[in-house]
Amino acid sequence: MGEVVVTRFRPSLITGNKDYHQITEDLCRPVEQKPPLSWILAFTVSAALLAYGVFTISWTIFYGIGTWNLNRTINWGWDITNFVWWIGIGHAGTLISAILLLFRQWWRTGVNRAAEAMTIFAVMCAGLFPLIHMGRIWDAFFIFPYPNTRGPVWPNFNSPLMWDVFAISTYFTVSVLFWYTGLVPDLATLRDRAKGFRKKMYEIFSFGWTGAAKHWQRWESLSLVLAGLATPLVLSVHTIVSFDFATSVLPGWHTTIFPPYFVAGAVFSGFAMVLTLMLIARKVLRLEDYITIDHIESMNKIILVTGTIVGVAYLTELFIAWYSGYIYEQFAFFNRVTGPYWWSYFGMMLCNVISPQFFWFKKFRRNITFTFFLSIVINVGMWFERFVIIVSTLAREYLPSSWSYYSPTWVEVGIFLGTLGLFLTLFLIFVRVAPVVAIAEIKHVLKYTGVQFRDKNDQWHNHDLDAPCHTTLDVYEDSHHGHHGRSHDTSTSDAQTSSSPQAIGDVAVATEEDDLKLIEGIGPKIEAVLKAAGIKTFAQLAAMKPEEIQQLLDKAEGNFSGNIPETWPEQAALAAQGKWDELKEWQQKHKYGRK
Amino acid sequence: MARKIVYGLYNSEEALKSAIIEAQRKHLEIDDVYTPFPVHGLDALLGLEESRLHIAGFVYGLIGFLVAFLGMSWINTVDWPIIFGGKPYWSVPAYVPIMFECTVLFSAVGMTVTFYVVSGMGPGVKNPILHPRITDDKFCIAFDAEDVSESDAMAFFKATGADETGIKIIGKNE
Repeated sequence: MGEVVVTRFRPSLITGNKDYHQITEDLCRPVEQKPPLSWILAFTVSAALLAYGVFTISWTIFYGIGTWNLNRTINWGWDITNFVWWIGIGHAGTLISAILLLFRQWWRTGVNRAAEAMTIFAVMCAGLFPLIHMGRIWDAFFIFPYPNTRGPVWPNFNSPLMWDVFAISTYFTVSVLFWYTGLVPDLATLRDRAKGFRKKMYEIFSFGWTGAAKHWQRWESLSLVLAGLATPLVLSVHTIVSFDFATSVLPGWHTTIFPPYFVAGAVFSGFAMVLTLMLIARKVLRLEDYITIDHIESMNKIILVTGTIVGVAYLTELFIAWYSGYIYEQFAFFNRVTGPYWWSYFGMMLCNVISPQFFWFKKFRRNITFTFFLSIVINVGMWFERFVIIVSTLAREYLPSSWSYYSPTWVEVGIFLGTLGLFLTLFLIFVRVAPVVAIAEIKHVLKYTGVQFRDKNDQWHNHDLDAPCHTTLDVYEDSHHGHHGRSHDTSTSDAQTSSSPQAIGDVAVATEEDDLKLIEGIGPKIEAVLKAAGIKTFAQLAAMKPEEIQQLLDKAEGNFSGNIPETWPEQAALAAQGKWDELKEWQQKHKYGRK
Repeated sequence: MARKIVYGLYNSEEALKSAIIEAQRKHLEIDDVYTPFPVHGLDALLGLEESRLHIAGFVYGLIGFLVAFLGMSWINTVDWPIIFGGKPYWSVPAYVPIMFECTVLFSAVGMTVTFYVVSGMGPGVKNPILHPRITDDKFCIAFDAEDVSESDAMAFFKATGADETGIKIIGKNE
C-alpha cells in the first residue's frame, strides 16, 4: 500500500518548509531589526508630505475654506472626492478579514493584518475631509447627538450626512477593535522576545495575554462574531456614503444603482491599495514565503471581478440615462462624456474598466511588476471616478446661468498630499512596531496550507480547505493518529477515486484490509485489537453488533472505557458501500462518533 | 495566595493532545493549557464549555438597537419635533441606518470589553508567563502542585515526552 498522491486542488499558501519557530522569527524580524535604509528614506518622504499636509490644513483652518476654489455651484470638490476615495480604500481590510473569514478563504491569513491596518489609516484620512470641510472645525462636536444647552438642538437623523457620521465612526471603532484583538497574541509574542524598554511597552500593549486555552476559545468566538458584524457593516458604510449622493435630486446622482456600484468600487480600489502596499512590503520585509504569488493572483481575481462589476455599473448608468427619456439625466451623462471634464471620464473608463481586463490572463495575474503597475493605475482611476461623479455633475446643473468650472488650489492639492503622507507614515510606523503578517493565524493554518503538509492535506479533505473548523473531528483523529488530522492515507484509495476525479490514475491500490481508523472512535490501538480478532474490513465490522465489539474491547489489553462502539457498525456500513461523503457528513453531525 | 505551578512544554499540538488524553486517563487534574495559537479541539478535550460571549454580543446589540430607536423616536416626536422634508415626525424608515450602526457598535464594543474583563486582561495587566516560548512554538500543560504532586507531574511529563519542564510560583503577593 503505497503513499497516495492526489492532485493538488489549491496552491500552498506558506512556502519554504517553515516550522512554528521559523514563522515567529521571520515575522518578528522586521520589527526587531534596525530599520533598513529604504524604510528611513520612505519615512522621511512621507513625514515631509504629512508636514506639508499639516501646514495646508492649518492654512485652511486659519483663513477658512475660502482658500479652496469651491464656489456657489461646485461646493464639493477635491475634499469630498478624496473623502470618498479614502473611504473606498478603507474597505478592503474588513473585506479580507471578515468576509473572507466567513467564506473560509485561508489565503486571507497572509494579508489580513496589513489590510486591516490599512483600513484604519485610510478611514482616518477619510474622516479628516468632512471635518475640515465643515469650515469651523472647533464646532465639529455639534454633529454628535447629546443633550446640550443650545435648545437642545439635535442633529437631523433623517439626513444621510448624519448617517455618515454614525457609519464611519462605527466602522472605524469596529475595525480598530477587530484589528487590535487579532494583534494582542502577536504583541505577546513580541513581548516574550523583547528586553528592557521594548518589553515594558509590549507588556502594556499585549494586555497580559498568556495563551490559555479558554482565552483562545473566547478570542476565536469574539473574532468570529466581530467578523459577522463587520460584514454587513462594511457593506453599509459605502452604501450610506452613496446615499449622500443618491438621496439628492441631482441628475446623475439620484440613482438606485449607487449603493452596489459604490461598494464594488470600494472593494476594487481597496484591493488595489492592498496590492500596492503589500507588493512593496513583501519585497522589503522579505515576506515572499507568506505572501506568495498565489495570494497576489487571488487578489487580482477579485480586482477583475469587482472592476468588471464597476464597468457594468458605468454602462448601466449610461443606458438607463438614455432609456429613462428624462432630458436632464440624459444631459448629465452626455456632459460627463463630452463636457469640460471629459478627460476625467475617459481616465476613469480606461483605468477602471479596460485595465483590469488584462487579469483574464494568468500570465498577467501572476506578474508582480505588472500587478504593481496596474494597482496604481486602478487607484488613480478610482479617484477619477469620484471626481467625475462629484465635480462634472455639479459643474453643469439645471440652470445654465449657474454653470461653472472648478480646479483646485495649492491648498487643496496640499491637503490631499498630506493625507497620502499621513497614510504612509502611519503604515511605516505600523510595520516597525507590530508584525505585518498575523503570526498566530499563520501558525494556525500552517498544517493545512504549508507546502510540506500539502500532500497529506489533500488526502481526505481534498475538495475543501475548510478543515480548521472541524474541531471535534480533529480531536479524536489527532489523539489516535499522533499527527495532525487528514491522515487517512494509504489504504483508502478507493475513497479518493470516488470523491475526487482528479485522483484517478494516481491511485490504484487494491486492499484486502480496510483502514478501520476512518470510523470515528477507532484509533490505531483499537484497530489492532479488531484486526487481531480477524475483523479486517468495513463489511465485517458492519455485520457486527455493538455489544459484540464491546466484548472484544473488554477482553483486550488496555483501557478503552472512553471508546463506545455503539455507532461503529453504522459508520462501517457507509464506509463499506463507499459512501464517503455521507460518512463524513455523519461524522460531523455526531460528536465523537456517539449517538 | 501563592500557587506552585508545575509545567511541561511539548513541541507540537499533536503531542499536547495525546498528553492531555493521557493525563485524563491517569486522572491528573490539569490546571491550564497554554498554546501559541488556537488549537482546535482543545476545548472539547479539556471539557471547556462553549463561550457565551456571543450571547453577550446579542444582548449588547439589542441594547444599541433600542437606544437608537427609542432615542430618535423620543427626540423627533417629544423633545423637539421638526418636520424634515415634509415627512411625518416619526419617520421610522429614515432611522434604519442609524439603528443598524448603533446595533453593531454596541455589540462590538460591549463584546470586546467583556472579553478582556472576563479574561482578566487589559492595558498594562501583567499575568504570570510560565515560559517565554509559549507564545512562540511550545505547547504547555500546567498542573497546580496542590492537585497533582510535583513528582507525579514530572513522571507524567517524562512519560509523555515533554520537551522541557519547570516549576513556577505565581501570585506571591496576593
